This record gives sequence, structure tokens and C-alpha cells, in this order.
Amino acid sequence: MRMWQNLTAVLVLSLVAGVALAAGDIGEVKKQAVNVPAIIMFLAFVGATLGITYWAAQRTKTAKDFYAAGGGITGFQNGLAIAGDYMSAASFLGISGLVFINGYDGLIYSVGWLVGWPIIMFLMAEQLRNLGKYTYADVVSYRFQRVPMRTMAATGSLVVVILYLIGQMVGAGKLIQVLFGLDYTYAVISVGVLIILYVTFGGMLATTWVQIIKACLLLGGATIIAFGALYVATGGSMSPEALFRRATEIHAKKDALMRPGALVTSPLEAISLGLALMFGTAGLPHILMRFFTVPNATEARKSVFYATGFIGYFYILTFLIGFGAIVLLMPADSGFMVTNAKGVLELKGGQNMAAVNLAQAVGGNLLLGFISAVAFATILAVVSGLTLAGASAISHDLYANVFAHGNVNEQQEVRVSKMATLVLGVIAILLGIAFEQQNVAYLVGLTFSVAASANFPILIVSIFWSKMTTKGALLGGWLGLISSTLFVILGPTVWTDVLKLGDPIFPFKNPALFSMTISFLGIWIGSIMDNSENARQEHAAFEAQDVRCQTGIGAEGASSH
Amino acid sequence: MQQDLVHAIKSNPKYHELLSKRKSFAWMLAGIMLVIYYGFILIVAFNKEFLGQPLSAGSITTVGIPIGLGVIISAFVLTGIYVSRANSEFDRLTREIKEEVL
Repeated sequence: MRMWQNLTAVLVLSLVAGVALAAGDIGEVKKQAVNVPAIIMFLAFVGATLGITYWAAQRTKTAKDFYAAGGGITGFQNGLAIAGDYMSAASFLGISGLVFINGYDGLIYSVGWLVGWPIIMFLMAEQLRNLGKYTYADVVSYRFQRVPMRTMAATGSLVVVILYLIGQMVGAGKLIQVLFGLDYTYAVISVGVLIILYVTFGGMLATTWVQIIKACLLLGGATIIAFGALYVATGGSMSPEALFRRATEIHAKKDALMRPGALVTSPLEAISLGLALMFGTAGLPHILMRFFTVPNATEARKSVFYATGFIGYFYILTFLIGFGAIVLLMPADSGFMVTNAKGVLELKGGQNMAAVNLAQAVGGNLLLGFISAVAFATILAVVSGLTLAGASAISHDLYANVFAHGNVNEQQEVRVSKMATLVLGVIAILLGIAFEQQNVAYLVGLTFSVAASANFPILIVSIFWSKMTTKGALLGGWLGLISSTLFVILGPTVWTDVLKLGDPIFPFKNPALFSMTISFLGIWIGSIMDNSENARQEHAAFEAQDVRCQTGIGAEGASSH
Repeated sequence: MQQDLVHAIKSNPKYHELLSKRKSFAWMLAGIMLVIYYGFILIVAFNKEFLGQPLSAGSITTVGIPIGLGVIISAFVLTGIYVSRANSEFDRLTREIKEEVL
């Protein structure tokens, strides 16, 4: 009973918070007229993905099927799925919107988001594949005390998943409102219901294939918009120089559009942002989970290679899309600029709609419909992946290994996972409604800071440093999680901009430099101070861990000889 | 994993060959990526004007554009270099170790 009361209180509070935020002045999002081609294409996508879910459900029997698609995904498929997880609607719409407003600065973000991948490749991909089973907590609890390590890793996963979910759900609701003329609340609910269906029935297999299809559609759609806009904006010459020239003539920033500007203000801020972007990727549970869906380390490496290629190409496209949008949408007579309540000219639907409006400018209602459907599909796919990662943290880490101490059968574990999916789906809907008026882009940045400070340090140190102990990992991991969250709350983005409490207590927007340092220091100090018998056993166990990590002998699903 | 198997693998010279080759290669590539990326970030932080210069006289495209794209392409190329060596040489060594000890 107590739990239910608490839960109700939380729900009521979050709803109140939503109302309070909704009252804030963020500029109105107008509902659009019902877009018929978009709805037809979207329904086709939903139909196809539900078909896949049905097919996947037939093949999802064991826990390994549910969490890791039976380990049967190829490197190329997984590369597309990873790229799909990464190319969220927030990054597609957010980065192209960022380029539309700030020009060159958008590229700084793209570059940071990409360079995490080589690091994952060199230092983590095969290690993860060789040590883990279903979740990254398998890796960090490999030679350590199971209960506290799993609890911490699952908490880190859930915090990241929930933060990421808020961003995605808010993006989903707004997007659907603008694109389909559907009410925000219904939009968010329909997303929630669909992802619950995908994940509970189809598990990782359905989630992966939904992600692969969406990745192909998104890459195809973005290619058409980017090059279509380049063609139209340059009068057919396709010269980027001509595109940039036209953009600097139109944009109020003029030539400043082509160089780094105000987005990254101080050197410390820039370095800190860079750290969060680069190492945050290596701490995202829904991405790390994908390494367990391939059969071996060879395929794990291939998947990172393909993913890096797709993601890099995608970021180049978003850059072109941003500049194309400046040329084709920003002129006052383009028909895409509207006067807002303050009398200022702004893009129809807000800056995040740059890519979508550009689709209409380049390819009319048909391309607009296609891109709208793809954007919605993107949200569904990313939210499914996140939900599965969150549900796995609950069922595999918390339920099976912490509460039941490993004494559960697979069926029970999978059942708990499905229940957790249902709960997370409902939470996602409620959060989507509660945070309706929040800025999508900064939530993604915040998520990366937490992932880089809480999950990444314990993961990398547990793989490479024989002297880490449970105490060190716990100290560092919790400090990283708490400090990154606190710094964000006390920093300029939340304290000053969201809560409106005046000057920030923590002066930096991007805390990763500080919170990551705290986390690594915590791991180091906690480990060297630890003289317990446990610590000695954990040092000794490193040898066996390292051999498995390096060779894959004994790894989950490794082929026998 | 059984302790005797761990010892058998650890006393295999090919295991040490694999470890030393892969570690130096992986950390070297990681180092190159870090230098490229943080080089870029430090220029953004300390020398915005450098990135803002025109690429050639009279062009609107700045030096920052090819540099930014270059970082993106270098990430892809570096992962490609790693995967091609790891999936041939390192995997072959791993297979030989497995054949010898298992």
C-alpha cells in the first residue's frame, strides 16, 4: 500500500510539474491540418513493424532470445541497428535545427557525438561482447560483488534511460502534433502503446528489426532532403560553396555562420562538452546492449565500423540540411516563416522543424509525408530500444540477480521483463505529458553527461585495471552519478533557465569534466584503500576475466571447438 | 573458467603476442583519435578565428568546414583500420590459441 501511495504521489507531482511547465512561455506549437500522405505512410510502417513483431514473437522463447535476439544478428545488421539507436529524432531534428540557427556550431556537436565510436571500437566492443551476457551490468559485476554492483549499474541504466525517454517522448508528442494534426496527449499515448507491443511480444529481435528498417528509411529520407535542398538552393550547381554563400547572405549572423560562435563559450566548457559527447556514448545502456546480439567479437567489431560510417554520413547530411533550410526557408517570403506572439519572425513549428519544413520545400507534401512518417518511426524505434534496456536492467539485474540472487528460471525473468516494459511504457507516456514544454536538445546533452560520469568509468576501469575493487567501483560509480546529476541541476541550464532561481550555483553547463574526474578519483581511492579479503579475491579474479576478455574463451554463446 | 585453462592460455606465447600487438595498436589508434578530436575542440575553444578564415581568397567556405568533416572521416577511417587488422591478424591468433589449448 505504502508503495502505491508513494507512486501516486510521484505521478501527481509529475503531472503538476507538467502543468506548471506548460504554463511557461516557450512559444506555441500550432496543430497542423491532418496530413494524409504522412498518415498513410506511417500506417504502412506501423503495419510492417507489427508484422515483424508477430514474426519475432514466434521466435522469441528463451531469455537469450528476448534480451539478445538469440545472439544471431550479423555485424552489418547490428551496425544499422546501432546507427538507428543513435540517429534519434532528437538528433535528426535537433542538430539540423541547431545548424539552422547557429551554423557551424552544429558541426561541433556532430563531431563529438561521432568520435565516441572509435573509442568504443578500440577499447570496449570486443571486451563487452566477450564478458557480457544481456546487459552491461554483466560486465561490471563479472568479478565483483554481485548485489551492490548490479544495483548501481541498474540505477545508472535506469537514470540514463528515463532521461533519454523524456527527451524522446516530448519530441514525439510535439512532432506528431505538428505533422499529423493529432493531439499531443494522444500522440504520446499512441507511441507508448506501440512500443509496449513491440517490446513485450517481439523482444530484442523485433526491436532490432524495427531499428534497422527505420535506419534505412531515415538515411534514405535524409539523403533525399539534403541533396534535393542542395540542388534547389544552388540552382542545380550542387556546389557547397554556393550553398554556404547564399546562406550567409540570408542569415542574420552573416559570415559568422561559418565559424564557431557563442554556443561553446569558454575553453573549459568546450572540453567538458567534448568529454560528455565522446564518452557518454560508451555509457548508454541501450547501445551497449546491442553488443550482446551478435554471435562473436568479430561481428561486434564489424558492427561498430558500419555504425560509425552510417552515423558519420548522417551527420554530414544534417549539416547540409541545416544550411539548405537557411537558404530555402529563412527568407521572409518563403512561406515557412511565421510571426510569433512577440512579433518576431520564426520558423513554422520552431527551429526543430527545419528538416521537416525543408522536406516540404524540396519535395512537396509527398516528401513531407514521408519524412513525417520516418520521424515518427524513428521515435518509435529509439523508444523501443530504450524501453528494452530499462526493462532488462529491472528484470535481469535488479530482479534476477539482486532480489532473487540468481535463483529464478528464464520464464520468470522474461515475464518480469515484460511487466517492466509495461510499467516503463506507462512511465514514458506520463513523462511525455509532464514535460511537454521542455527543450528536447538539452535533455540529450544531460543524458550524455550522466552516462559519461556514472556508467562509463566503472565499465572501462573494470575491464582494464586489475586493482579495482567493489568498494572502489561503488564509490566512483555513485559519486559520478550523484555529482553529474547535481551539477546539472545546480548549473545554468536547470537552475537558471528551467527553475528560474537566479545565478547558477555550479557555473558550467557541461559538468562531465568535473563529474568524470570525481568518478575516476572515487574508483581509484576506494580501490587502493580497500585491503579486505574480498579485494584480494577480486584482484586474483582479474586474470581469468582478462583471458576471457582477450580471447572470448568461455564467452556467452561462443562457438565450441 | 578453470584455473588450469587460464594458466595454459597465459603460458602460450601466442597469447602474449596477441596481447602486446593488440594493446599497442588499440591504444595507439585511440590516442590518435583523442589527439585529433581534442585538437579540434581546443581550436574551437582557443582559436575560433583560425577556423573562421576563408579556405581560399574570396571563398565563403572556411577552414573549419574541411577540418570538421576531416574529424568525422578520420573516425570512420580509424575504425576501418582497426577492424581490418583485428578481424584478420588478431582473430587468426585467437583461433590458433584456442586450437592449441582447448
